[in-house]
Amino acid sequence: MFNMPYGVSLLSHEIWRLHMAAFYVCCVIGLVVFSVLLYSLVRFRKSKGAEAVHFHEHLGIEILWTTIPFLILVALAVPATIVLMHIHDTEKSDLTIKITGYQWKWKYEYLDQGIHFFSNLSSTVEQINNQAPKSQWFLREVDNPVVVPVDTKVRLLVTADDVVHSWWVPELGVKQDAVPGYVNENWFYITKPGTYRGQCGELCGVNHGFMPIVVEAVSKPEFDQWVAAHQGGNVAALQAAQLAPETEDQLMTAGKAAYLKSCAMCHQATGEGLPPSFPPLKGSKVVTGPVQANDAFVLKGVPGTAMQAFGEQLDPATIAAIVTYIRHSWGNDALNHQHGNPVTVQPADVEKVNSAR
Amino acid sequence: MTETTIVSGQHAHHDDHHGPAKGIARWLFTTNHKDIGTLYLFFSLIMLFVGGVMALLVRVELFEPGKVLMNPEYFNQMTTMHGLIMIFGVVMPALAGLANWMIPMMIGAADMALPRLNNWSFWLLPFAFTLLLSTLFMKGPAPDFGWTFYAPLSTTYGPASTDFFIFSIHMMGASSILAALNIVVTIFNMRAPGMTWMQLPVFVWGWLVTAFLLLAVMPVLAGCVTMMLMDRHFHTSFFNAAGGGDPILFQHIFWFFGHPEVYILILPGFGIISDIIPTFSRKPLFGYHFMVYATIVIAFLGYIVWMHHMFTTGAPLVAQLFFMYATMLIAVPTGIKVFNWVGTLFKGSITFETPMLFALGFLVMFTLGGFSGLMLALVPADYQYRDSYFVVAHFHYVLVSGSLFTILAGVYYWLPKWTGRMYNETIGQWHFWLSVIGMNVTFMPMHFLGLAGMPRRIPDYALQFTDFNQICTVGAFIFGIAQLFFLYNIIVCCFGKKPRGLPGRVWEGARGFEWTIPSPAPYHTFEVTPELTSAEARAKF
Repeated sequence: MFNMPYGVSLLSHEIWRLHMAAFYVCCVIGLVVFSVLLYSLVRFRKSKGAEAVHFHEHLGIEILWTTIPFLILVALAVPATIVLMHIHDTEKSDLTIKITGYQWKWKYEYLDQGIHFFSNLSSTVEQINNQAPKSQWFLREVDNPVVVPVDTKVRLLVTADDVVHSWWVPELGVKQDAVPGYVNENWFYITKPGTYRGQCGELCGVNHGFMPIVVEAVSKPEFDQWVAAHQGGNVAALQAAQLAPETEDQLMTAGKAAYLKSCAMCHQATGEGLPPSFPPLKGSKVVTGPVQANDAFVLKGVPGTAMQAFGEQLDPATIAAIVTYIRHSWGNDALNHQHGNPVTVQPADVEKVNSAR
Repeated sequence: MTETTIVSGQHAHHDDHHGPAKGIARWLFTTNHKDIGTLYLFFSLIMLFVGGVMALLVRVELFEPGKVLMNPEYFNQMTTMHGLIMIFGVVMPALAGLANWMIPMMIGAADMALPRLNNWSFWLLPFAFTLLLSTLFMKGPAPDFGWTFYAPLSTTYGPASTDFFIFSIHMMGASSILAALNIVVTIFNMRAPGMTWMQLPVFVWGWLVTAFLLLAVMPVLAGCVTMMLMDRHFHTSFFNAAGGGDPILFQHIFWFFGHPEVYILILPGFGIISDIIPTFSRKPLFGYHFMVYATIVIAFLGYIVWMHHMFTTGAPLVAQLFFMYATMLIAVPTGIKVFNWVGTLFKGSITFETPMLFALGFLVMFTLGGFSGLMLALVPADYQYRDSYFVVAHFHYVLVSGSLFTILAGVYYWLPKWTGRMYNETIGQWHFWLSVIGMNVTFMPMHFLGLAGMPRRIPDYALQFTDFNQICTVGAFIFGIAQLFFLYNIIVCCFGKKPRGLPGRVWEGARGFEWTIPSPAPYHTFEVTPELTSAEARAKF
């Protein structure tokens, strides 16, 4: 708890050793400097009758205390250079994961396996607002963790969609900035199965503190099973099922849950938002206007703001549920009835708007 | 000029025709370096408490996991404003205030070389900060992207108030450039006859080098915020990847200003310490020449290490290696300084008045900040430290117990000279010890938090960080309360009832022109230029 974790990856071990070496070097220098300082302060006090001796220059000693620190620095620079070269060596990896930072979630793409998903904070708004007991991994838990095999060199390609983020898991010894327009590389080789947690390391807006990272390192056979279970094949069937009509109750229940996960951080659980950065949905013109426009707004987002194109992140069923929920809640249903606009949206409607653009 | 220094000293009363104007006009229109110095220092004092309250609000929010006081958006505004105010509103004006008061008195000049420009340099600041702080009361968030305002968070995604922020940065920059210009011109042209470069007080040296740093990098900052403005309103894409621009370019430009800025905040402080330690050791500064060379070398290296703030941005290996080696090299001249200060203390005759306590506190804790700085220079380890609380701990060790402590030391050291009243020593000692305790209780645990994986600038945190955060918050309040002792001493010296009048040489071991004039320092000093041409004059100096 007082120190950098030794971690579970080859890099984190090397970094830890370098960190400790630098720390001990500093301790030794500190011990010498502070001893002389303390000795002077105790020994040469005027109250103890110390008289000042008037020397004020000595070339030899200046050269000495220029040279010795320089040599110490060279001694530190050598291992630092070696470790740094290891960090840059992303060759010969067995698995490549592309990580994209969004305000405020991570997207993971397993490039060779065809798996991709978003990973959102799963601690609830109630927990953050002290209205519910906090879970053990409060703010360090997600809905979809990244699953990786142990004893495998995993290459990371890190980028961002909007602002600069940073993907940081201390126990893996990886912190890599996610910069829009750049794809940065890093890698890890985990030696021990387990769950490792981190979070975004670069200020990325209001909810910077709420975009955690959870890495689950499993054995290679377990990883293969996970891949098989999540790979393409059954996606079409899944989508067909998702476009099936649902009852209003089903949509409302699913909608509330999805709203709290994906929307409430900005628009708040009360729908009142944090104007003017995050407009209220309560009485909003969009939410109480034509339903197709409302669907399109959620699907496409507003470029240059935190309102993202959710069509790329959520499936039509979830969007239909969310739109149904917001058109029903906070008095919006009365306004919608008044304007003669429907309040309930089916997944197939959303899909129609989505494919039309 | 018909009066001698001594005569003008007797005339330094408010009703004298050579004295200051009456009422508010004195402060608005003054061209007197002492008045302008006073304005800078009081401005800085007010800002210290404004920025301090923001820091305390941040610490209250971080007392417990979960929401305590404010929403994340307001939290980000507080951290942003705290940083901007402490750097541009507290440390820089305080150092400019000390420069105004002391540089003419130390080099035997009657005033600064460009007195009207001097007035303008100061009066830009209150307007700049009014503008900046007004954004807190506007509809919509104040700047909330951190004091480093990285694009595109501050451009495409910045709140509307960002434009006010840009304009206020421009004003602060203009103020700094003008002040720096004035200082360079003054030091080059107005030194007493016979005062060679190698007789310059170290504080003056520190400020001379700092002024050159300011002149070189403040225009870069101005360019940076202008490019932001263009991106926000005039359809350019300097920092927007979608338009062919480059978010990393922003970081390069910002840190090309930002790293020399770090030395702007500390080099004058090095000078203050190099004046105070000899005074209270009753022994000349050890290794004066090396101290001066080290200052110049630090400034030079300071220009070529900016990318060490960007080690995790995906920089190529060669660039990382160059900037790592250059950064590590800075430890050499900085080490020379620390060793020479210790060498000055060695075999001295030491007393522990408040200025000396702050100087010694600086010496110990700045060295600790230097150690974490050395660790941060090692790129692989930096991957773990970057943007964590370890960095927060590091820069508060070098800025609070570095810059701020040197300023406090300087104020206690020269306050009797300025006001002709001695501060209350007991209160001063309380101020020091509470500050040291508060500062260490606040910032030491932040090292551990950072190493354990807590990122900076988060309004809420995982449960395992709770204990250390609570300790930090307690420390912050101790530190905050300690500054009330400082306020008391300032008020008593400046506005107290005790009659003014102290010996010219307030401190037994003090050397230099400023101690040859009466205390309080008369409104006009050195109207007859003193000389250092004879050996006799040099001995007295």
